[in-house]
Amino acid sequence: MPMPTKPAPLLVTLQQAGQIPLDVEITCNPGELLALVGPSGSGKTTVLRSIAGLYRPAAGRIVSGDQVWFDAAAGTMVSPQARATGLVFQDYALFPHLTALENVKLAARHLDEPLRTAQAAGLLARVNLDGLEARTPDQLSGGERQRVALARALARDPKVLLLDEPFSAVDRTTRERLKVELSTLHRSLEIPIILVTHDLQEAEALADRIAILHKGRTLQSGPPDDVRLRPVSALVARLMGQTNIFEGEVEQVSKARSSGRIRWRERVVHAATTGRFTRGERVTWLIPADYVVLKETSPSAGKGQVEKLPGKVIDFTGLGEMTLLTIRIGTDAADVLRLTIATREARLLKPGSNVTVSLLAEGIHLMPSEN
Amino acid sequence: MDWTAFALTLKLAFWTCVLILPIAVVLARWLAWRRFTGKSFVEALVMLPLVLPPTVLGFYLLVGFSPESRLGAFVATLLGEPLVFTFAGILVASIIINLPFAVQPIQRAFEAIAPNVREAAFVSGLSPIETMRRVEIPLAWPGIASAFALVFAHTLGEFGVILMIGGSIPGETRVMSIAIYDGVQAFRTADAAVMSAVLLAFSFAAIVMVHMLARRRSDAHAH
Repeated sequence: MPMPTKPAPLLVTLQQAGQIPLDVEITCNPGELLALVGPSGSGKTTVLRSIAGLYRPAAGRIVSGDQVWFDAAAGTMVSPQARATGLVFQDYALFPHLTALENVKLAARHLDEPLRTAQAAGLLARVNLDGLEARTPDQLSGGERQRVALARALARDPKVLLLDEPFSAVDRTTRERLKVELSTLHRSLEIPIILVTHDLQEAEALADRIAILHKGRTLQSGPPDDVRLRPVSALVARLMGQTNIFEGEVEQVSKARSSGRIRWRERVVHAATTGRFTRGERVTWLIPADYVVLKETSPSAGKGQVEKLPGKVIDFTGLGEMTLLTIRIGTDAADVLRLTIATREARLLKPGSNVTVSLLAEGIHLMPSEN
Repeated sequence: MDWTAFALTLKLAFWTCVLILPIAVVLARWLAWRRFTGKSFVEALVMLPLVLPPTVLGFYLLVGFSPESRLGAFVATLLGEPLVFTFAGILVASIIINLPFAVQPIQRAFEAIAPNVREAAFVSGLSPIETMRRVEIPLAWPGIASAFALVFAHTLGEFGVILMIGGSIPGETRVMSIAIYDGVQAFRTADAAVMSAVLLAFSFAAIVMVHMLARRRSDAHAH
């Protein structure tokens, strides 16, 4: 049996013009799960295929530890066979003529028998498929197929695990269970894991870090909360699902730059930090929905730094136990805030209800103006 | 019943199948997955024997393989005998005329293999040769078996091209279909009837087998 190699970080830079443009820079450390997030057509799958050696981009480098897998400048292109990556395809791409056990064994050919069978059986047990070893893919459910694909991807003791939208082909209940399983597996794996997804909740729930990909470009990467709350641009904010994004002007910056005020039409909004922006500068600013506090119009409690803005409920969208509220501030149709509150509380409101909202200063985040 | 002709027919069908299958697998795999300019031309060329009158193909082969032609002379020195009026000659002709029957079902079978299944094999560490042996051929197997049955049945009944290039030499080129023709010509109708019935049975069995394999293939892909 080969010595287990030391887990190595994965460094990827890719550039390419043309039909599939790429401008990608990602790193993933051993034991880290990086979610590559972007809308469909953003080039996520191409990045994964490049790492696996199934796609050759025009320029860039892919390095796993001290092994150079791809270096356009040096003309290095290591074959997929020699890279030792584990790839879970979006539709799993199981070998349809082989049983679950044979599928996994075929990827464990670096081991001699009886180690090969032991490895395959052990991995199937690890993904909770013991007892189903003799079934062929057409006798397995969607979730079970995904588990076989995962076991097969791990069978050759890969240096990096790549997951291409692994939950998209299963129903919601199965998806939630598979997510929990992946989360558990992630804690026991000491290799870089890259998860490609368009589902933000999935990325935030599973990933240690998120990289936002748009039209082939990595726009920002960092821990999920960083990218969600401190996006570098309005585009990243929107890609992270933020909707409360407005234009304004920095009206005042405190000496220590620790706080400031933004003029938002005729209103004033307090920000806990103004970042690198200076007085008089046009900015685009963001208030994440969980930093908006809703109060019904009634004698309001608490007086502090926080502005209380009068608003009107204009729409409800039920999301089960939560309800998405759309609230118009003032009279301008563009000035709407969206936030979710417990459905139990939403029942007290109706369309047209007057409410007061507070924007918590620590949630306000300033970005370069979009205009 | 001309037992020599019967044995010769089976021998021709067997060797045609054995020799055509590797050629057809390579050609079909190439046509199924590669995109290249002139692909339609190559496909048309492979399909040509399907519509070309066998006598026309036989005529060109006769001219081409004749020791008086350059190709024919070269082949004759290579094999030690000319390709006209010999078993080797009708075997070559049989392979050419059977190409569409062999390539078509195999090409369809390869086309039905999802590209990412091959990629999954590569990522799993299987070399292209191992991928072909452990994944592609097993998945294309019903198509290959169909091709085998079709070629076998079609060779049993081959007449025009064999008559043109092989004539009717007992034990060398006189296959069943030619023996039937000779039998009718010589008013040995009973002989011809028996041999016709044998050919009918063989051909029918082959077609039944092709259909059964096709159904199994579509069942396998329905999941």
